[in-house]
Amino acid sequence: MSDAAEIRFISKPHPITGVTNSKLGVWCFLASEVMLFGGLFSAYILLRIGATEWPHGSTILNVPLATLNTMILIVSSVTMVMSWASLALKNFSKYRFYMAITILLGIAFLVVKSFEYAHKFEHHHYPSTNNFYGIYFTLTGLHGLHVIGGIFLNLYLLLPGSKLWKTNPEQFMGRVEAAGLYWHFVDLVWIFLFPTLYLL
Amino acid sequence: MSDHSHKELPFWRKYIFSVDHKVIGIQYAVTGLLFLFFGFCLVMLIRWQLAYPGQELPFIGSWFPETQMIGGIMLPEFYYQLGAMHGTIMVFLGVVPLAVGGFGNYVVPLQIGAPDMAFPKLNMMSYWLYFIGGVLMLASFFVPGGSAQSGWTSYPPLSVIAAGGQTWWLIGMAFLINSSLLGSVNFIVTIIQLRAPGLSFNRLPFYVWAQFVTALLLLLAFPPLMAAAVLQLMDRLAGTSFFIPTGLVVNDAITHFVGGGNPILWQHLFWFLAHPEVYVLILPAMGIVAEIIACNTRKPLYGYKALVYSVCFVGFMSFVVWAHHMFLTNMGTTMSTFFQITTMIISIPSIVILTSLILSLWGGSIRFNTPMLFAIAFLPMFAIGGLTGLPLGLAAADIHLHDTYYVIGHFHYVVAPGTIFALFAGVYHWFPKATGRKMSEFLGKLHFFPSLVLMNCIFTPMLIMGLAGALRRMYDPTQYAHAQAVQPLNVFISISAFCLALAQIPFIINFFYSIFWGKKVDDNPWQATTLEWATPTPPPHGNFLKAPEVYRGPYEYSVPGQKKDFWPQDMKGAN
Repeated sequence: MSDAAEIRFISKPHPITGVTNSKLGVWCFLASEVMLFGGLFSAYILLRIGATEWPHGSTILNVPLATLNTMILIVSSVTMVMSWASLALKNFSKYRFYMAITILLGIAFLVVKSFEYAHKFEHHHYPSTNNFYGIYFTLTGLHGLHVIGGIFLNLYLLLPGSKLWKTNPEQFMGRVEAAGLYWHFVDLVWIFLFPTLYLL
Repeated sequence: MSDHSHKELPFWRKYIFSVDHKVIGIQYAVTGLLFLFFGFCLVMLIRWQLAYPGQELPFIGSWFPETQMIGGIMLPEFYYQLGAMHGTIMVFLGVVPLAVGGFGNYVVPLQIGAPDMAFPKLNMMSYWLYFIGGVLMLASFFVPGGSAQSGWTSYPPLSVIAAGGQTWWLIGMAFLINSSLLGSVNFIVTIIQLRAPGLSFNRLPFYVWAQFVTALLLLLAFPPLMAAAVLQLMDRLAGTSFFIPTGLVVNDAITHFVGGGNPILWQHLFWFLAHPEVYVLILPAMGIVAEIIACNTRKPLYGYKALVYSVCFVGFMSFVVWAHHMFLTNMGTTMSTFFQITTMIISIPSIVILTSLILSLWGGSIRFNTPMLFAIAFLPMFAIGGLTGLPLGLAAADIHLHDTYYVIGHFHYVVAPGTIFALFAGVYHWFPKATGRKMSEFLGKLHFFPSLVLMNCIFTPMLIMGLAGALRRMYDPTQYAHAQAVQPLNVFISISAFCLALAQIPFIINFFYSIFWGKKVDDNPWQATTLEWATPTPPPHGNFLKAPEVYRGPYEYSVPGQKKDFWPQDMKGAN
């Protein structure tokens, strides 16, 4: 088949826009995600200003554990960048090392989170208890789903997806970068969630 | 993709789980048409109940189970299920998939000279998510308690305490939202990245512009509904009270909810989607009409730049008008004033688009073929729909008209003889490209003229009924004294609606007949200029034999000094 049937700019950036298709696609996807969490944060604000009483997060949630989780996610963002940078330096074994660390940190985040949830359930604090717990479980739960999605994405890039490195390193780097953008976004959402729910 | 091209793909990869944008477009279009038909069937049941309340439904009444009709007489619960599902199916499963998924997928890559969408596999996934969402919606009719019955708007607290089908509605919507998310990312990237060399943004066909703005609306407006759906699912399944006020009493008993929530919150999140959604319904239709008018008047569109700026401005403004659906909530006069002003502002670019399209007819040598008839009819029908919306955008008038049949008449004028006519026009216009055969002109006209008359017979009386105060969600309109005087109109509307169903038979016959026995045509049967007509017919996987280059704007018709009256975008040098 002739060149006419090739989809262009899969691995090389468009000369005018300066990005590949997948990178532009991920940015669009993230814009949509901003609107999703924006809608939920707006709901949080409206519920809170309409409530007769609203507990301070710091009095009923575990701030030290959440701080630890914040640190975990920030470090995982750094290792994500390191894994991409290792690819840029053509060091594949370092890429695998940093990617594995990123995945483990993501799992560590979920483990800490599950301890927090279990603690709440032990004390019979459920989403139906009041709207504070309702929005707390909804927002952190939805964020947790995003973390799980990111872990699976990274696992794919670590194991079966990494074969692409041998055949088309440029496209593979693009994929890791796209996954990285998503992972940073998930991190960023937590950085907004943490003060909103735990501190304010 | 290129390694697939030489060997023949198996049937299920070629036609069912295909990654080719044209096959996916046709899948979307056929599924969308089926859902439109199904949604129309639902509303015919509603029309029977409204015209002849308490009377047995003839012929098919006994087929319905006891939970829906007893002895052929419709139960109120089933009436409300029909109403909610008619709206949901028409908007989310019929018109949008046909306009954006169907025409957008088929035409946009062709018009920009691309071999496919930027992400073919995501495209396939988008269709199948839509399909699953549609199946969930249909399946909800069979769950205990029936389907969703709180209106297509699903206002809480009613929707939160409603029977099981509402959960299915929410999960179905989640699938549809994700489907449209994948689709809109795909459109945006395709249009930005994959335009043919020389096809700058100011040479894009107006249809591509309309789809581009539509994709941006879908991308940014749907997620708040996803947020709302998540919150309502939590209310229904986890017992939270996001939308439940304190002390909610149902059937003389306090509910188990702790309360403290706000039902108006749902309305804000829902309309933040649903107002841009209105423009998702109308912009692709405007794009189709613009293409067909330019081609069949044999002259350039009037005011191409004004059209493009207007469509972008409409897209932007559609995000700041949502609360004009909520004048009757207690949001206060300051908020009302703001949303009245933005609503009046958004009508200006809409009028600019309509005026440009009408002026495009001026001085043209018009070919009155079937697609052109539908496209021309779109203009006054959309104008009536738009102008009847102005009183609804002003709080003082809206207080009287809110939730009456006037609202129904208004938005159906926009969507039914407006958008759906434009979609029919598109089917007749692009059918030769997809199949290599033209649809019958005689059957097309037999479809068009009765449809045009009957559409008006249906929706004009609704405006009158609404002014008389008839409310939109009444199971038995004869129970209300003030609606008695306009009850004969209900009978007239219903008979017109049944006739409208008959008027669609020529289209169905024409569609299937023409696939096999229609008149064979060459690659460019309408002598059009845009790139989709530069491909073989039907276009192969990969579309173009030779990567096209673009040398001029999209509507170079009747250029002085040229031998032919059309000058294709990809033609190098003089004609």
